[in-house]
Amino acid sequence: MSSSDERSDKPDPGGVSRRNFLKGTSLALTIPLVTGGENEVKAAGAEVPILGPGKVNITLNINGAAKQVSVEPRVTLLDALRNDLDITGAKRVCDRATCGACTMIVDGKPIYSCTTLAVEAQGKKIRTVEGLEQNGKLHPVQQAFWDNDAQQCGFCTPGFVMACTALLEKHPAPTAEQIELGVGGNLCRCGTYVGIKAAIAQASGQMRKRGPAKLTRGGKTNG
Amino acid sequence: MAEYKWPEEGKRSHIGKRISRIDGPDKVSGRAKYTFDINRPGMLFAKVVRSPYAHAKIVSIDTSVAEKMPGVKAVKIIQEPGKEVQWAGDGIVTVVAETEGQAEDAARAVKVQYEKLTHFVNEQNWDGIPEANRRKPSEAVAGDPDKAFKEADVVLEGSYGNEVITHCCLESHGLIAEWENDNNLLVHQSTQSVSANGAEFARNLGIPASGVRIKMEHIGGGFGSKFPVDSWGIEAAKLSKMAGGKPVKLMLERDAELMVAGSRPSVFAKVRVAAKKDGAITAWESNVWGTGGVGNFNFAGLLPYIFRAGVENRKETFSVIGTNTGPQRAWRAPNHPQACLITMAALDDLAAELKMDPLDLFMKNIDKTGARANVYRDELLKAAELIEWKKLWRPRGEGAPGSSKTVKRGLGLSIHTWGGQGHASDCDLTIHPDGSVEVKMGTQDLGVGTRTVLVIVAAETLGLPLDAVKVHIGDNRFPVSGGSGGSTTVGGISSSTRRAAVDALTELFEKVAPAMNTTPDKLEAAGGKIQEIGKPTNSMTWKQACAKLGSKPLTTRGKNPDAGKGTLTTGGVGGVQMADVSVDVETGVVKMNNFVAAQDCGLIIDMKTCESQVFGAMIMGVTFALYEEKVMDAQTGKMLNPNMEFYRLAGLADIGNFKVHMMTGKGYDERGVIGIGEPPTVSPGAAISNAVANAIGVRVPSIPLTPDRVLAALEKKGGANAKV
Repeated sequence: MSSSDERSDKPDPGGVSRRNFLKGTSLALTIPLVTGGENEVKAAGAEVPILGPGKVNITLNINGAAKQVSVEPRVTLLDALRNDLDITGAKRVCDRATCGACTMIVDGKPIYSCTTLAVEAQGKKIRTVEGLEQNGKLHPVQQAFWDNDAQQCGFCTPGFVMACTALLEKHPAPTAEQIELGVGGNLCRCGTYVGIKAAIAQASGQMRKRGPAKLTRGGKTNG
Repeated sequence: MAEYKWPEEGKRSHIGKRISRIDGPDKVSGRAKYTFDINRPGMLFAKVVRSPYAHAKIVSIDTSVAEKMPGVKAVKIIQEPGKEVQWAGDGIVTVVAETEGQAEDAARAVKVQYEKLTHFVNEQNWDGIPEANRRKPSEAVAGDPDKAFKEADVVLEGSYGNEVITHCCLESHGLIAEWENDNNLLVHQSTQSVSANGAEFARNLGIPASGVRIKMEHIGGGFGSKFPVDSWGIEAAKLSKMAGGKPVKLMLERDAELMVAGSRPSVFAKVRVAAKKDGAITAWESNVWGTGGVGNFNFAGLLPYIFRAGVENRKETFSVIGTNTGPQRAWRAPNHPQACLITMAALDDLAAELKMDPLDLFMKNIDKTGARANVYRDELLKAAELIEWKKLWRPRGEGAPGSSKTVKRGLGLSIHTWGGQGHASDCDLTIHPDGSVEVKMGTQDLGVGTRTVLVIVAAETLGLPLDAVKVHIGDNRFPVSGGSGGSTTVGGISSSTRRAAVDALTELFEKVAPAMNTTPDKLEAAGGKIQEIGKPTNSMTWKQACAKLGSKPLTTRGKNPDAGKGTLTTGGVGGVQMADVSVDVETGVVKMNNFVAAQDCGLIIDMKTCESQVFGAMIMGVTFALYEEKVMDAQTGKMLNPNMEFYRLAGLADIGNFKVHMMTGKGYDERGVIGIGEPPTVSPGAAISNAVANAIGVRVPSIPLTPDRVLAALEKKGGANAKV
């Protein structure tokens, strides 16, 4: 029914499509998460470690810093950050990969952190909205959201900012269709889309001015 | 000399300008802390066991297993065996544990036995409503409707309605409650009513209201649904006590948020309108019903919406239908969107019947709107210009330019009103001897820009730049200000802040006048200086002036209303919206092309956030018109779509192009400050429904205008390929 659903079946446009996202999580679930006794089992022919059912110590690379946290394997990346690390920019709203309020950028791709397990995110570069500012200066996407009042209550805003950042890093001059696809997995209740469209246009211009080299460096610094 | 009245157009430094919200950087960076984001030391998590049945008697509850599970700190029965549950999702038991996972596990281990009872959840069809669920209807007659209908040139008959929708706040309802000692409760709550909720906690918990502290920095949506403390608010406080006072976080899960924490009443109507050949309305008849779930609501006295005063012959009935769904909650502009849809759709159908342009029919009847007729006339013309109505409009079913055999384009319009006079508000404004300025108020920012408005008004009055003023809100220890509902906030808080700032300035003038060899009445504050009126060379910088305060800060209390200090806020606005849509008559899918608004709200404090409110209200209205409905299953009595996949909100790609024109200047500014949150939410359902009717040639009687409803309406007329 949703036009964004339909479009998400096409090849990865500018973010992770809903369908690709689901494929990704189902693959990840081949890691046995909760078993008793044994320390290792075979999955797809390879030996993989067993995690759980109790808490496990994991290290997450968040905005360039290594963070240790002890969580049950069932805990999502979103909840690990919000409940255990007090990194609360990403929000829990639909809690099932529909609204995008929990969007983080993991290894360069926007993901729904509400349906990604924290244990799966080990060894990956996790970027959250808290990592976008550089030296106290707002990222061009953040500045554009502020300038164009692309926010009201602001609860969806961090997710939109991350989705737009991922979109513009991949497509610095996105087409209307790329914009619709890139942020089609995010929802706002207050109705800030007019501002968000204007913000994407402004940020796109500024990020192009910064040039690709700077973009890459920014990406690495953040990630 | 400092004056209370708002500065005139040429003398405003900040008011009415396009100012970015001052808490914007906090919101775009993730620094803004919402209730859901608060982590307190040693915090526990609560989960609620909910009834799976819409109507059932609780037979037994077994919590013994849950109590012994890892991490569980307390299990508390909310409704004892013997109680009757009236809606699916109502809370039965709460559990609190060290982690969310443990709380969920324990909630699952609670065993509740129910005796199922009969339920009723579908009120759309009048004939299908059991007698027992129809509460006594109200009836009213004015003038002589029978005679008017008999003498009419034309009588239009139609059925219109809209489904129950749910608020779906992105930050769900909830709180963190903790006991600092036996009599002092600290609550972080997501609430539209920071100043008022302490009393309700106190009453339910048997402690003095002075012992309840409520704090909230930011709130992720409310829309009318977050006024009460709610049963779960009290439960969280009780659980905290059971757990030794430790902080207990209870935020509703998404399904509960949609099932139990929001719902706007449905309204369905059978309407007759009598008119003369020239389109003049002579009589109105409506039989209306709708449900507020197990709650009540009053819809009487609203129809025909806006035109009521000028339509002397009226006959109306209204019945509340009781259903086994959660109680209704206030929604932006309670009852207005429903009344607007019923009225504007009927008048649009009347225009089609008379083969008139609805814009002409509305203009023909505009004097029946009463005192604001000229406002509506100006706004209709402005909106028509923005959407190019005269160029694009075609008679119903002919298809506006750009229509094809399968995709039909149409235009529709609607008008609306709301009050929006500022609520009671107290403001403390402090000027420190070092020149810094603080504003304190027990208000809240729902996303309208409350903080920004406070800064603008204080800075404007004191002649300072915006960054010179700090604001503190979201705490019930600050001066009391009203809840944020009914578009009353901005009018109230701007008025009390203006008065506080003017009084502070007057006191400051008294301190500095001797040093400037003049009298206080000859001074003014402008451009970061205190200066002599007409002789700006005799001046002092703001900092120098404040140093004259000595060692003590100066604090003044401003109030709204304050009869002795002028009228700074009034109520009553108009507004016009026009929609341009395309409808695929093969699939029934409606697509927004353009949506425009002409809107007034008196003196605008911040043009940027004001326009955002209008854009946002219209986008929320696209969702209401096209997508959202609380789908209740007749068999199980449950909500079928308590999630965000199937409770659909419009996305960025769904909205089309928007234009908003705010009416300002003479005739508007002198009305003072009026709120804007509600009025633009009223018209979208009607304007879009009318545009769809104009496009496809038939009325889709109820909204949301989902493909199945559109196709059903077309089917009735003879199929999608019939000449439309």
